[in-house]
Amino acid sequence: MPEKVYAGTAVTVNDEGFFTEPGQWREEMTSELAREYGIERLTEQHWQVVKHMRYQYEQNGTGPNVRALARSSGVTIKELYQLFPKGPAKLAARIAGIPKPRGCI
Amino acid sequence: MERRIVILGGGTGGTSVANRLRRKLGDDARITVVDRDDRHVYQPGLLLVPFGLAVPEKIVRPRQQQLRDGVDYRCGAVDRVDVDDRHVQLLDGTVLGYDVLVIASGTRLVPEETEGLHGPGWHETVHTFYDLDGATALASALPTFDGGHLVVNVVDMPIKCPVAPLEFCFLADWYLRDRGIRDRVRLTYVTPLDGAFTKPVATRTLAGLLEEKGIELVTEFNTGQVDGEAGRLVSFDERTVEFDLAVVVPVHSGEEYVGRSPGLGDELDFVPTDESTLQSKVRPDIFVIGDAAAIPTSKAGSVAHFEGEVLVDNVVRHLAGEPLASRFDGHTNCFVETGFGKAMLIDFNYDTEPLPGRFPSRVGLPLLRESRLNHLGKLMFQSFYWRALLPGRSIPGITAAMPRTGKDFDALTGASRQ
Ligand SMILES: Cc1cc2nc3c(=O)[nH]c(=O)nc-3n(C[C@H](O)[C@H](O)[C@H](O)COP(=O)(O)OP(=O)(O)OC[C@H]3O[C@@H](n4cnc5c(N)ncnc54)[C@H](O)[C@@H]3O)c2cc1C
Repeated sequence: MPEKVYAGTAVTVNDEGFFTEPGQWREEMTSELAREYGIERLTEQHWQVVKHMRYQYEQNGTGPNVRALARSSGVTIKELYQLFPKGPAKLAARIAGIPKPRGCI
Repeated sequence: MERRIVILGGGTGGTSVANRLRRKLGDDARITVVDRDDRHVYQPGLLLVPFGLAVPEKIVRPRQQQLRDGVDYRCGAVDRVDVDDRHVQLLDGTVLGYDVLVIASGTRLVPEETEGLHGPGWHETVHTFYDLDGATALASALPTFDGGHLVVNVVDMPIKCPVAPLEFCFLADWYLRDRGIRDRVRLTYVTPLDGAFTKPVATRTLAGLLEEKGIELVTEFNTGQVDGEAGRLVSFDERTVEFDLAVVVPVHSGEEYVGRSPGLGDELDFVPTDESTLQSKVRPDIFVIGDAAAIPTSKAGSVAHFEGEVLVDNVVRHLAGEPLASRFDGHTNCFVETGFGKAMLIDFNYDTEPLPGRFPSRVGLPLLRESRLNHLGKLMFQSFYWRALLPGRSIPGITAAMPRTGKDFDALTGASRQ
């Protein structure tokens, strides 16, 4: 498993950049994580989505897919794509330090 | 004291569970199945209708005929469930009280969630084969398609039978070759996933098959808009795919009544369910089978069949006040039609992805490999569906637990012998 350092702390991620141990994630890591995935500045709305993603993971053991994310966070799918271009659910999950949302098979 | 079991939905899961429960409990329970219509569609047949390989009338039968004597059938639409007071309200005002509720109402198509999908061109240049009307309309449209770009598009996951759109591509390739016009058609599969399928080993095999047949693959395409007039799919990240004929699998949700019932469903109106016991996370007296459940397995008839064994055992235990002992492992089994009289077979569960080998044991049908035998298996599935799956009978040698013998686990490390 690759190791990465965010906010001065080493964490383990998988080949696709998802945290393998969500417990290692800290709020201070988000801006560095966001920059790594091409988001220069985290706005209030980014934060809302990232926090929501984290919350959903803690409740359900998996992050939501983009449609469920839109429904439960109140941010429309279009807006989610503006905030997190190319795959909001995956990008927000990486930044929130949770595993890849379990796609349905 | 007579216990009341109410089953919402008389499709694949609801019918088989009603029959199993009746066999097990006899007159000790009053079993009622509710469905809003009396037309049970054999859904795997919908794939074949557009190609003239099945006729609509032949894949529909009355629901009541599939239920054992002693099971009550009520034709009516569910309006809502009151999980606190343990009753179901139908649209016609009827109220049904229950001791155990089984949710078997499947999933519904919501094309209206995609901009333009129901707009100009619907059932003309933009089609679906996921319901009977759609499959029938496509059966009329395909013979007039003489060339151009045919695009098969999955809008978003989850969908039922996630291999069906791929099967549609393979059958379309065969159909167009048969008509002698394959060289005039560009055929493209457009998916929101990052590959042809969800799991690595099967994805490699299926992507190889697409390539072999000259079917292009566009991945990570999240369709935001379908423009039937201009002939164009537009993704949320503003990529476009142009088409002359589009076959679209619309977004799926759980049923509306789930959303109308406080506390019953999740954001997409599926019911949160324990993936192992099939008891809902909502209330201990609610169990869920088939497509309606929010669990990480395929939405497929075979899954509903395997779940039936576990669910019935657990419902009986729950009624007897015993702890739930039966566990579902996520077993899924799908034939994948690949055209030219061949098919592949995939068999997997929560922990084991589809692997090559043989099913159900070392002597058996080839897994993840095209063969005529599998195609015959798929053809036989229809009579098996009406005769064994709906009556809720177990098949000798094939159980709810996924078989491990016969599977080539070396394929996981890339050291496959195949
Ligand atoms: C094109 C296609 C091909 C497929 N191929 C395969 C295949 O090869 N193999 C396979 O295993 N699976 C296949 N499937 C999937 C399979 O058909 C479904 O997964 C299966 O039917 C699920 O069973 P279910 O009982 O959960 O839902 P369903 O069988 O869909 O039954 C749900 C029932 O609930 C009723 N209902 C819903 N809401 C209400 C309400 N408010 N009031 C009253 N009644 C209501 C509906 O009328 C319906 O009868 C295919 C599906 C499609 C569309």
